[in-house]
Amino acid sequence: MFGLNKKDSALLLLVAILTMLAPFILNPFPSDSGLAQFNAGYPDLMQRFVIFGIFAIGFNILFGLTGYLSFGHAAFLGVGSYSAVWMFKLLSMNIIPAIVLSVAIAGLFALVIGYVSLRRTGIYFSILTLAFAQMSFALAYSVLTPITNGETGLQLSLDDPRILDSANTSGSLPVTSLFGLEMRSSFDLVVGPWSFTFSVGYYICAIAMLLAFYLSIRIFRSPFGMMLRAIKSNQQRLNYTGLNPKPYTLAAFVISGMYAGLAGGLLASMDPLAGAERMQWTASGEVVLMTILGGVGTLIGPVLGAGLIKYFENIFSKINDTVLHGWFGILPDGIEDFLVSIIHPFVGKGWHLTLGIIFMLVVTFLPGGLVEGGQRIARLFRSKKKTDGADAAKTEPAE
Amino acid sequence: MDAIILQILNGLDKGSAYALIALGLTLIFGTLGVVNFAHGALFMIGAFCAVFVQRLLNLSFETVDPSKTDFLGQPLKVKTPYVESWFGPDVGATIIDWSVPLAVLFCIPVMVLIGFVMERGLIKHFYKREHADQILVTFGLAIVLQEVIKAFYGANPIQTPAPETLSGVATLAGGIVYPVWRIVYFCFAAVIIGGVFAFLQFTTFGMVVRAGMADRETVGLLGINIDRRFTVMFGIAAAVAGLAGVMYGPINAPNYHMGMDFLVLSFVVVVVGGMGSLPGAVAAGFLLGILESFASTTWATTTIPGINQIIIYLVAIIILLTRPRGLLGKKGVME
Amino acid sequence: MGILEVKGVNKRFGGLQALGDVNLSVKENSVHAIIGPNGAGKSTLLNCLVGKLIPDTGSVMFDGQSVLGRKPHEINQMGISRVFQTPEIFGDLTVMENMMIPCFASRDGAFRMHAVENMMAEKDIVERAEKMLEDMNMADKRHMHSASMSRGDKRRLEIGMCLAQEPKLLLLDEPTAGMARADTNNTIDLLKQISDERDITIAIIEHDMHVVFSLANRITVLAQGTPLVEDDPENIKGNPKVREAYLGETA
Repeated sequence: MFGLNKKDSALLLLVAILTMLAPFILNPFPSDSGLAQFNAGYPDLMQRFVIFGIFAIGFNILFGLTGYLSFGHAAFLGVGSYSAVWMFKLLSMNIIPAIVLSVAIAGLFALVIGYVSLRRTGIYFSILTLAFAQMSFALAYSVLTPITNGETGLQLSLDDPRILDSANTSGSLPVTSLFGLEMRSSFDLVVGPWSFTFSVGYYICAIAMLLAFYLSIRIFRSPFGMMLRAIKSNQQRLNYTGLNPKPYTLAAFVISGMYAGLAGGLLASMDPLAGAERMQWTASGEVVLMTILGGVGTLIGPVLGAGLIKYFENIFSKINDTVLHGWFGILPDGIEDFLVSIIHPFVGKGWHLTLGIIFMLVVTFLPGGLVEGGQRIARLFRSKKKTDGADAAKTEPAE
Repeated sequence: MDAIILQILNGLDKGSAYALIALGLTLIFGTLGVVNFAHGALFMIGAFCAVFVQRLLNLSFETVDPSKTDFLGQPLKVKTPYVESWFGPDVGATIIDWSVPLAVLFCIPVMVLIGFVMERGLIKHFYKREHADQILVTFGLAIVLQEVIKAFYGANPIQTPAPETLSGVATLAGGIVYPVWRIVYFCFAAVIIGGVFAFLQFTTFGMVVRAGMADRETVGLLGINIDRRFTVMFGIAAAVAGLAGVMYGPINAPNYHMGMDFLVLSFVVVVVGGMGSLPGAVAAGFLLGILESFASTTWATTTIPGINQIIIYLVAIIILLTRPRGLLGKKGVME
Repeated sequence: MGILEVKGVNKRFGGLQALGDVNLSVKENSVHAIIGPNGAGKSTLLNCLVGKLIPDTGSVMFDGQSVLGRKPHEINQMGISRVFQTPEIFGDLTVMENMMIPCFASRDGAFRMHAVENMMAEKDIVERAEKMLEDMNMADKRHMHSASMSRGDKRRLEIGMCLAQEPKLLLLDEPTAGMARADTNNTIDLLKQISDERDITIAIIEHDMHVVFSLANRITVLAQGTPLVEDDPENIKGNPKVREAYLGETA
């Protein structure tokens, strides 16, 4: 299918089904039940899942394949957001030109920063990208205020020119759309106690992510992708095989920068504002976390990681003491208070602590992330089957 | 001329902090070959040692003073810190006033211990892994440490004032007015840096460590248990970072993310100075601190807007591209 | 006029004269061994040939063109392939992928974006790589993770990867260092077979005299950075100067 082999097609199909049915899958609890707060099927969060999925897929093309650890990728996401918002201000509220521009500008930025940073490898490369990103952040925050609107962040205003759109007479800010189809319009489906929301914005983002995911599979399976893995494996041999690693890494860097730009453009398309904090190095650290947690160098890993972290960020952080007391209410008071005080630092505002611990455990014991974990479990089951005398499945290379 | 001296002085305190953190980073990198992204967190923990000691000394008991009344006419409740009741009000108040310098004594064993635990418990397992893995796991650790501190002390900065006698300003030769504590901080940093260098230069322990930095395998072959020495080195590096933090409190009120802020800059410092070069780290720390202070002058910011925000990164990028080994870096380190 | 002409090459590292006025001529289709005691400058010379080091003075001509100032990958594209002392292969890749990379390199040059087509759909590359694996007797290992092979197999793969580019000159840096006897003999047989069957020049740096005298038809002895003597193997064996320099014996 689409020039993919059977296994990759199956994977793509699976991801497609999951993203298309996400409003159902992520809303398993009836809306009036106590567990409804764990539902993640509302448009804002689902959009974040897929947008950060795109960001992580792109980052994985660079880090997963070439092994170059960039600590400045958020800069490209930020640049993408700013470009998109400017497009909304100047040209039109249609998201197509905005996204095209954000991808192009982010690619251009990545070309310049990558060209300079890739003259060094290893930790030096990481620090160079970090320095560039922090520089962009500092500039966006202060000096470039005419372009970025500094601390406040770039927003739409009523008197923006928007030369392609008809004059705005409503007196309220226009909304982003795709040829008239508004991003924030949605449709609610109520089935018994359940309520499912289908939002235009989410489906636009989901389709973008599927395309991005498909392209990343093609890159992984292409000769270009093989060269990138060869760069990670042994640059010396590559050099002495008559190949020049530099343009390959630069191309990977630019591609992943463009993915980040796409993510930034989509973020702005869903909510047309852009702030400097999107470029801060902690934001770059977040995409590293996502990729590692899911499984670096694997196809599906970054998407999983992005989804997981964004879910935690939104849902885990909502668990406060009241919720905890509700859970353990059946237990005797002493034990209840004890359990709550034990769990308290790890949830709610402290969810970053949980994230940090999980991340350390993953890096230490499961360098392949969740995907490796899944494979290990699968292998466990397979070897059990084997002893039962069933067909032994041969272990597949990392996906 | 005075303006120039003033800017140099202004750069010294930040430069001292950069130099101390970078020194520890370089010690760890040079001896253990590990890139420690959690080093900023150690700096931050050091600063919170001061907070801890300050709170400890301020632990009080309440007594009711029947001779006085508050504005509601109730008998006045008086809080007396335990130290004041033990040592008398004057000595007790002085002890509380000097809580930051006292925290230094508390900080050293705590930081050494944290360093030992970190090295034995975590870093040890990453010697043979890729640098990227080391960066990642210490990055995770940094998040954890900073969140733990946040859980205990909250997200707001906590003031840790300097002792009153050291908190004023001094008028230096040439009429320059300058905060006393910054001079103290600089001298303190100079003593620690001198101490570390003397330790490496004049003790057999230091000699072995320096030899280990130059060629780890050979020293290992000589039958010297280099690993244990490296553990000690990690403890020392942690203590240096902690000391830098403890004394920095009066300059900048400790908050839980100060480590991350300093970490990024300290890494830049290490790279500019030359990965694995101790003198390079110290020199680059002061150099960048002073450069930053010059870039913050009105003259500089009006000539090139925003230069104060980006000068360090700009310098780092230029240095990395023209002198990849940094100012004083040695050949063969991380190439 | 040889395929590789080294004239008056000098290289200093600080106070150390690593190479002093080296002249060397490797004839086309010969197997030329460069031997010498430790520190004689063999590796320095090799690094000057492949672009890793640039000599202070002198010239290195390959096939009528100077290699000096070119980057390693450019020199490789001129037709010089290098086999390393410890096998340098792409350990994370499968054997087949390892073999495909030089095939791509010789077909497409130093860089070409093939970012969307499937690599297994490149029929000519796949065929070439498979043919080469068969020549190397490794066809059965093609799906193996190359890092998990034995050292002998890694060496075989590395040589195969170099040959897949159809180079004019194959440079080998102590190809049997650290190998068991059986692996050493296998490697000797493989190299013999290559030089007999293919239109290729081989230059080999070696410590092991057994390997040198089984393969070489021309030998240069290097001592303290200068060529002592260049001659046929029979004459080298009996040469007293060589014995003195190499074995430390007084003749």
